[in-house]
Amino acid sequence: MQPGRNHLVDSVMVKQRAAAFTKRSIKTEAKSSGLRLAISMLDLTTLEGKDSPEKVRSLCRKALRPYEGTIDPPIPSVAAVCVYPSHVRTAAKVLAGTGVNVASVATGFPSGQYPLEVRLRDVTAAVEAGADEIDMVINRGAFLAGRHSEVAEEIRQVWQACEGAHLKIILETGELETYDNVRRASDLAIEAVDSSGVLKDGDVFIKTSTGKISPAATMPVTLIMLEAIRDHYLDTGVRIGMKPAGGIKTAKQALHYLVMVKETLGDEWLTPDLFRFGASSLTNDLLRQLLKGITGQYMAMHDFSEA
Amino acid sequence: MKPITTESHEHDPPADAGWDYSPAPERTPVPIDESYGLFIDGSMRAPLSRKRFETINPATEDVLSSIADAGAKDVDAAVQAAKKAQGPWARLKASERAKYLYRIARRIQERSRELAVLETMDGGKPIKESRDVDLPLTAQHFFYHAGWADKLAYAFPGRTPKPIGVCGQIIPWNFPLMMAAWKLAPALACGNTCVLKPAETTSLTALKLAEILQEVDLPPGVVNIVTGAGATGAALAEHPDVRKVAFTGSTEVGKVLARSVAGTSKKLTLELGGKSPNIIFADAAIDQAVEGVVSSIWFNQGHVCCAGSRLFVEESVVDEVVDKLRHRMQSLRVGDPLDKNTDIGAINSAEQLKTIERYVDAGEHEGAIMHEFSGQALPDKGYWHRPCFFTGVQPSHVIAREEIFGPVLSVMTFRTPEEAISRANNTPYGLAAGVWTNTGSKVFEIARKLDAGVVWCNTYNTFDAASPFGGFKESGFGREGGRHGLQSYVKF
Repeated sequence: MQPGRNHLVDSVMVKQRAAAFTKRSIKTEAKSSGLRLAISMLDLTTLEGKDSPEKVRSLCRKALRPYEGTIDPPIPSVAAVCVYPSHVRTAAKVLAGTGVNVASVATGFPSGQYPLEVRLRDVTAAVEAGADEIDMVINRGAFLAGRHSEVAEEIRQVWQACEGAHLKIILETGELETYDNVRRASDLAIEAVDSSGVLKDGDVFIKTSTGKISPAATMPVTLIMLEAIRDHYLDTGVRIGMKPAGGIKTAKQALHYLVMVKETLGDEWLTPDLFRFGASSLTNDLLRQLLKGITGQYMAMHDFSEA
Repeated sequence: MKPITTESHEHDPPADAGWDYSPAPERTPVPIDESYGLFIDGSMRAPLSRKRFETINPATEDVLSSIADAGAKDVDAAVQAAKKAQGPWARLKASERAKYLYRIARRIQERSRELAVLETMDGGKPIKESRDVDLPLTAQHFFYHAGWADKLAYAFPGRTPKPIGVCGQIIPWNFPLMMAAWKLAPALACGNTCVLKPAETTSLTALKLAEILQEVDLPPGVVNIVTGAGATGAALAEHPDVRKVAFTGSTEVGKVLARSVAGTSKKLTLELGGKSPNIIFADAAIDQAVEGVVSSIWFNQGHVCCAGSRLFVEESVVDEVVDKLRHRMQSLRVGDPLDKNTDIGAINSAEQLKTIERYVDAGEHEGAIMHEFSGQALPDKGYWHRPCFFTGVQPSHVIAREEIFGPVLSVMTFRTPEEAISRANNTPYGLAAGVWTNTGSKVFEIARKLDAGVVWCNTYNTFDAASPFGGFKESGFGREGGRHGLQSYVKF
């Protein structure tokens, strides 16, 4: 591959390919193991102005124990809980030592329309409060204006401010609008962090959306980002993670995404260390389908605790 | 998946055990009779020849049914039935003819799952394709031509189209039911009657279609179906009362047919072989172009007359394209055609498998480098060939010149657009071509210079009943589909 090559995207064929993943038939064993895998990849998220410490604590409980009943083997915990910086301490207190990470949005989420030093301080504060993972937003204004090196430099500085916390770079693809932009932004984000030092697998994720803008994650957009990750891997051997967020509400959709990851990047990416779903209502549908497979019956939604 | 180098000829190791798909077999039951007769004059009858042959499932080698081997007398009976039915059929009000075609189309849709399963069992193609490609296109051809039946005057303004008479139609084994639709629908819409000869390895869906024709009360003799091999086809083409011969198949047989109708007043259309070029420019969307390569050569095990079997890649991106192609090849699932997750099914026959293997050997013998992913085990029984491609191919190599009709791709390079065009056109065939570039002006410039009946730009193997299909040079003549396709079934 040529360094700095501008990867173009053809919208017709990328949609056709993305649609092909939804034709896979995931049944029996593959379905139950896929559903369990999807649960373990969840970033349970609450990002509202009205969020309360109580809501965050209940989300943490849900993260640790997604289903109240007992089944064998037990349902795994989710990967992380994702909150605003002001709730990081609350979440960290519940989740400390459990293996479930605390993720915090930062950098002036969701718009990123703040001076860089404010955004960086946001990151530092979240890390100091106990965040294991930082979900940053890129500066879409600068990107769309063509100031790509400015965007890259900001990402580098945020990555340095993370000081060991994992970084998820939100491209907010709904605002980038074109597939070419999605690919360009993915390459730019990956190259920005990669150029600032040795990366380990899963240190850095790219992420579709804040969830505040529609459309959020779609399969073609996610496919383009997975292809950027694959190309980087083939060039460098470093595995970047992927997180589609927003709009994935059903278990069936989640399985389609897993199929897409498997067939684009391979089974090595099918781990919470390299793939996450940013969602909350998805959890109970995954549980419902999983229990249907065990008991043969659909349970009512009120049988599952709210996240 | 491991990082991939293009130099290595070694086969990739199997992927680490991870999340694999469970078997997802299509279970729709399909009743198959122990033996079938010939569909002549509206009913199934035993062959006068008293000869039969067996049709097998190429994925299991199990015998599916016993098929009648129509002799000259059987063919004559079918042609006479068609001749008798032709006048009344042509005099039928055109909108009534349309109704029959609509009913056939609807019935095909209603029975599409069953037909798809049968197509897969008899021919080896993955159920995903027979379900999502063959059957929808089959129904679409009947719907589309139903629409034309009472509007033919608009297809040929200022002229009066008349039916030709009895059409002898000989179809191949790669898209059995769809090819039957491509032949029957326009012929019937124009007021002709037909004698259809399916390929000997894939007769079953045509015989199921005969059931549908009975269900919709198509007048006896309007469509007759005679099963058999080459001799049956020859008897049909040579029958003096056949006014039009339509053939889809190999160039070799096409030439024989052309000789047999020479000097007669029979009309002839031929849709023959190909060695279609697929050209990727450096300014293409490479990931999507690679997808295009997958659908151009590995669709239907490469048993596609318009398969993009020669890939020309601009030199500056050849490593990237080859890497990505190898990477993508690993996710193709070869195996049980009835499994809904199978991408590559069984090779249609033992004979075809031998042909493919012979070409692959020739490719290696001539010094080209073969790439395949052998991580998946192939079933013990049945006829299988893994998808593969060759690099280091010279245009003079046999694998770059002759039609293989299998999942085997030859990758070559070019430096300038002129070189791409001259290499692409350097073939006796002229059926299809593909162009991949994100530069709009280049698309039009290159497409105009390619000698091919169909040029796909930034896509491949995309079909529609409204779009004419056919070739130049040794790929044949005449068009099927669209307004142009009607022309083959009328006289003025």
